[in-house]
Amino acid sequence: MPKQILILFAHPAVHNSRVNKAMVDAIADLEHVVIHDLYETYPDFYINIKKEQSALKQADLVVFHHPFFWYGPPPMVKLWQDVVLTRGFAYGINGSMLHNKDFMLAISTGGKEQAYQREGNNHFTIDELLFPYQAMSYRCGLQYHSPFVIHGSYNLSNEDILAHADRFRNLLVQYGEAGATALFANQKGGKFYG
Amino acid sequence: MDDHGLLFNALIYLFAAILFVPLAQYLGLGAVLGYLLAGVVIGPWGLGIITDVQDIIHFAEFGVVLLLFLIGLELNPKRLWEMRKPILGMGSFQVFITGILIFAIALLFNLSWQVALIAAMGLSLSSTAIALQTLKEQNLLDTPAGNKGFSILLFQDIAVIPMITLVPLLGVAQASSNDESGWLVALKVLGVIFALVLFGRYLTRPIFRIIAKAKTKEIFTAFSLALVIGIALLMQSVGMSMALGAFLAGVLLAESEYRHQLESDIEPFKGLLLGLFFIAVGMAIDFGLLLEDPVLILSLVALLVVIKFLVLFSMTWLFKVPTRQRYLFSFVLSQGGEFAFVLLTFATSVSALPVEIAAILTVVVALSMLTTPLLMIINAKFIEPRFSAVSSVPMDKVEPEDNQVVIAGFGRFGQIVARLLHANKIGTTIIDHNPDHIERVRKFGFKVFYGDITRLDLLHSAGLDKAKLFVLAVDDRQKGIQAVEMIREHYPHVKIIARAWDMIHAYDLLDHDVEIFERETFDSALRLGSKALNILGMPAHKAHIASQQFREHDLQLLLRMYAVHQDQSEIINLAQQARIDLEKLFEADQDVLDHDVEKEWN
Repeated sequence: MPKQILILFAHPAVHNSRVNKAMVDAIADLEHVVIHDLYETYPDFYINIKKEQSALKQADLVVFHHPFFWYGPPPMVKLWQDVVLTRGFAYGINGSMLHNKDFMLAISTGGKEQAYQREGNNHFTIDELLFPYQAMSYRCGLQYHSPFVIHGSYNLSNEDILAHADRFRNLLVQYGEAGATALFANQKGGKFYG
Repeated sequence: MDDHGLLFNALIYLFAAILFVPLAQYLGLGAVLGYLLAGVVIGPWGLGIITDVQDIIHFAEFGVVLLLFLIGLELNPKRLWEMRKPILGMGSFQVFITGILIFAIALLFNLSWQVALIAAMGLSLSSTAIALQTLKEQNLLDTPAGNKGFSILLFQDIAVIPMITLVPLLGVAQASSNDESGWLVALKVLGVIFALVLFGRYLTRPIFRIIAKAKTKEIFTAFSLALVIGIALLMQSVGMSMALGAFLAGVLLAESEYRHQLESDIEPFKGLLLGLFFIAVGMAIDFGLLLEDPVLILSLVALLVVIKFLVLFSMTWLFKVPTRQRYLFSFVLSQGGEFAFVLLTFATSVSALPVEIAAILTVVVALSMLTTPLLMIINAKFIEPRFSAVSSVPMDKVEPEDNQVVIAGFGRFGQIVARLLHANKIGTTIIDHNPDHIERVRKFGFKVFYGDITRLDLLHSAGLDKAKLFVLAVDDRQKGIQAVEMIREHYPHVKIIARAWDMIHAYDLLDHDVEIFERETFDSALRLGSKALNILGMPAHKAHIASQQFREHDLQLLLRMYAVHQDQSEIINLAQQARIDLEKLFEADQDVLDHDVEKEWN
């Protein structure tokens, strides 16, 4: 049986999305991938905790998939973390449900890669800005992997977008077959975005 | 022999239609050809059951009038104005060029120029009844060819007026003294149209309203019919064709919110009368003349159809009919029309046309009507497939103005749904049966139609076949459920969502697979409840979360109770069960409070 992937997709304005929409479309047919659209499922921000937790139990790889906005996720993701990753489930005494699962971010940024450098406009690298997720992973016993990042989403041509989406799909297919090694193999010098 | 009495004759027509139309449909020949064949069989040259053909034609021509009224209803003045160019341009081109060609050929047959001119005028017109019925039957009216064909037919209807005025002048005997000068006639026509506009704008609405309030369906139908007949007769009295008059009346009423009800009231009469008209045309074919000189008659028919076809076909380039629809467009208007009968009869009565020639031309026109359904079959079977193989590019479709959403019930609930959709620029068609709602609501700028939602024809004219979503918000539960059943059966593609009164109504809806519903008081009560919590000291957001939790639990409870409800034996315990569940619910609430991060937030 292929490794199971849970995509927690959060996009507050999916009707305007080019990049993230293309990524989701590209993986829609993969049987080992569950795409869970949080904004579509919980339009009133009332998250069904039990359902979320049982979905997490099924997954080998958990992916936070969302645009990167104000150096963080859309608010739904933070709320999801707050209410789903509870003590006794994700951490604390008996909180070992996520242990040894894989975790990865799939994000798009409006800014170009050069902007996410110490000397760039944003003054921090993507890896630095994502430290809270890394910390979350340590806390929950998740295996943190380098993020799948698409930069400069405003200026991408349709061909570029489709190529990125295809790359995303290949990665998930390989994970289904090979598990975490696929994620390591895809890292170029510690990161595989750009 | 033919004095069978009205009912017996009616029985014959109905039987002939019942027998031949399904047969023709089954053989893929179309309803029009079925009616025509039925007419041939029961007419004087077939079994000879019916002989008084002219009277019947005259009576049944009213079907054409109703047809044009209905078509008028679908075109509002604005759309008609947008069509002025194709009507004048294409219409005049077709009538004049076809007329000139027929005139020239008639002269070659050694007819006098007067007779040739009458023949040219009569034969240049096409059959509105056959062409429009065929286009409607095959759902082609909204395509470029359908649109353009319709424009030409409309021009022809207008052209009849000067033609009829011209005929007596060509007669030998100027007996029918035309004591009215042209401008006086024109003035009268304008006067009547003006009166009609005023009537349509200011008087129909209150009258419809009063009649609708009487809540007697047949009176509404009677009024609709009286309206059309009255206008048609009025138009005829000032020298316009009844059909054109009815068309104008239709256009004027197109923006009335009673349009759909009118449509569904008139529709069956139109269908029957038009059928009768086609039967009468079939009966009118004089096979005696045909047998006397079949070569002449048949070659004249062929000549007429070929000339009309060629003129129309050349127009497809000039007026940019899509390649794929060229043949369709040219075939559908290639016959002689019912106005030819009128014109020929009139011309003989003022001695402008010898009786023998009129008889021959009448047969030719009737037979040419028979060719259209056959040509349409040839088009569908042999010509269309060729094009679809060559180019898979879809034909440029005229966007139908139909709305995606139909809302039934425009009371205090439906209104809010409609306004939300409207605010988001989603077109909605609204059906309501309460004249007061309609009146009140027009102020919001909505289009509201009057009618009973359990009538299939109304649902159809409200555009259910093209709609995506049906919102049920009527007060009458029974009718609502009935409508759901009808939509499920006839428009299975339409998604249904509903306003539920209470739990029992919700069960009813669930029984009919309406899974998306909202209980009308539930959410507002929750909101007020959460405000109560807030006033009593609970932080606003916490109160909101509490109401959300309650909502979720209540929905689960409803579904659980529904399962019980399906098991009829336990139905008595429902209320008791509800109380127990409610208690459990409040207990359970304590556990779910985990939803808040409050325990972790310090």
